[in-house]
Amino acid sequence: MERTFLVRNPSILIFIGVLAVVTLGATLLSEGLGVGLLSTSFIKTLGKTLCLCLAALALDLVWGYCGILSLGHFAFFGLGGYMIGMWLMYARTEEIVSASLANAPLPATPLEIREAIGTQIFGVVGGSDIPMMWSFADSLVLQLLLVLLIPGLLAFVFGWLAFRSRVTGVYLSILTQAMTLALSLYLFQNDSGLRGNNGLSGLQNLPGADDIPQALISVWFLWASAVSLAMVYIISTWLMSGKFGSAIRAIRDDENRLRYLGYSVEGYKLVVFVFSAVITAIAGALYYPQAGIVNPAEMAPIASIYLVVWVAIGGRGRLYGAVIGAAFVSLVSSWFTGGQVPDLNLGFYTVKWVDWWLVLLGFGFVLVTLYAPKGLGGLVDMLVRRKEA
Amino acid sequence: MTRAETLLELDRISVAFDGFKAINELSFAIGSAELRAIIGPNGAGKTTMMDIITGKTRADSGQIKYGAHAVDLGQMSESAIAQAGIGRKFQRPTVFENQTVFENLVLALAHDRSPFSVLKYRMGRADRVRIDVLAEEVGLSDHLTRIAGELSHGQKQWLEIGMLLAQEPRLLLVDEPAAGMTPEEREHTTDILVRAAETRAVMVVEHDMEFVRRLNCRVTVLHEGSVLAEGSIDHVMQDRQVIEVYLGR
Repeated sequence: MERTFLVRNPSILIFIGVLAVVTLGATLLSEGLGVGLLSTSFIKTLGKTLCLCLAALALDLVWGYCGILSLGHFAFFGLGGYMIGMWLMYARTEEIVSASLANAPLPATPLEIREAIGTQIFGVVGGSDIPMMWSFADSLVLQLLLVLLIPGLLAFVFGWLAFRSRVTGVYLSILTQAMTLALSLYLFQNDSGLRGNNGLSGLQNLPGADDIPQALISVWFLWASAVSLAMVYIISTWLMSGKFGSAIRAIRDDENRLRYLGYSVEGYKLVVFVFSAVITAIAGALYYPQAGIVNPAEMAPIASIYLVVWVAIGGRGRLYGAVIGAAFVSLVSSWFTGGQVPDLNLGFYTVKWVDWWLVLLGFGFVLVTLYAPKGLGGLVDMLVRRKEA
Repeated sequence: MTRAETLLELDRISVAFDGFKAINELSFAIGSAELRAIIGPNGAGKTTMMDIITGKTRADSGQIKYGAHAVDLGQMSESAIAQAGIGRKFQRPTVFENQTVFENLVLALAHDRSPFSVLKYRMGRADRVRIDVLAEEVGLSDHLTRIAGELSHGQKQWLEIGMLLAQEPRLLLVDEPAAGMTPEEREHTTDILVRAAETRAVMVVEHDMEFVRRLNCRVTVLHEGSVLAEGSIDHVMQDRQVIEVYLGR
């Protein structure tokens, strides 16, 4: 059975092969474990890129396969980051506070420690009480569970309401956009309990790992991101290759036909939507410790639209397409916006890529939509077919 | 017809759209192994009637009783009605164009439709045989691996009928199956429908009188949302009211 699955889906081996080569290569060239040719910040960029690929993969499941264009997936991505960020920030602050209070003449009571943590974390928004929602923040296991539960629950409630009312197409897309905007605006408030526009910061410092250099931690996260991406790729390929995948694609192509065949279309949409949201949340929970900070601006509508653009450029409806698109565009994007690209002097006008990159991206999106609707992944398909022919 | 042989019964059904009575006190019954043609001029309510039976449209009043236990279909969702054994073929051929003929048929096979049992589904020998038989039945044996979108119009219609048969329905609703078909294709379609009706109820909506005549079955004429006449094709075509409705416009 396993063999036939791999034979039927040769893309898995190629995908994992490429991913392994990239990850191993980066490790060998890293400062943490290798010869130090690649800077730690580059390793982090690479790890973050893999997380974005994971989110793109998840979006491809709902959009490319099930036909639900979600313009709000970064709500789940950001929530995943917030949930893990709460533990990172709380546990780390607790460490610092305990260490500094240890020098006091009298040993600090638990209450004093708690108050000190509260002041440390929430002083910036003018508070010192630890809100209710931080109740589990001292437990890594519980916060990891919340990484899955909170975005999953949001997706479930949203999906249940929207799909049951048979909201489809552009109206559904607008609703998802409204969802992420509302969440972002809510989190911008100082009394939301999540530090308003400051967000959660210092996430790159792992509690209890003070003497481990960032160079090494960055490699760990690179591997964690790569392994997650590989696992989700295999699971998604399996999901989408059997009869279940056939039903999901049938929803995209003609959901009424499927309904009159006796399938409860709403149930299927809900399963895929929640699954995708949870995967996106995992991607976010891996991303933000590498980025170091998560704030409400991350959930602004534009972020989710970028995700859609990546999947479109990469080629929706094929899993490697989404990954190629996200990797290619986000790496090129960080190259252009990082200021490393020399300005283009036209004599009468100098093109500064930091500003003009978005124009280039938009132009690329239009070109892909017009001339290569199957995206970069479609090019891969073409090459494979030519080889076979 | 006695209760035991009646599969579906519409009892004084009415539906209005913005005040326009699309279906007006319509009563109708069909037996459990019967072929029935539904004819009528445009706007007579033929498609609306199918919409009501399949749950797409809700009746304003009246009852739809189905099966030996006279279940009321008016309260059930489309997918539940389909699972209860009512299959519907749309006017325009609707198949999953991006999937193979084989995948289309697998989706339609009569198995548990809940997401998790579909996830666990493994194709067994019995299903493979069943699909071969179905493909043979609708003349698509040589096309199982083709993408449905590449099929000709007539082949798509057959594939859709094949998918309906795969559901093993007790009642089949077929909307204009012969539209756009060549004479040979029509003949084949007639055969499929007549054979299907040997073991189940089949309702065919059709405009083409020649096609209806070839079905050689009881005919129900709809007009302005209710039954105008019922009987053999020759009988209804001689009915004065029917002639008026068809030619008087």
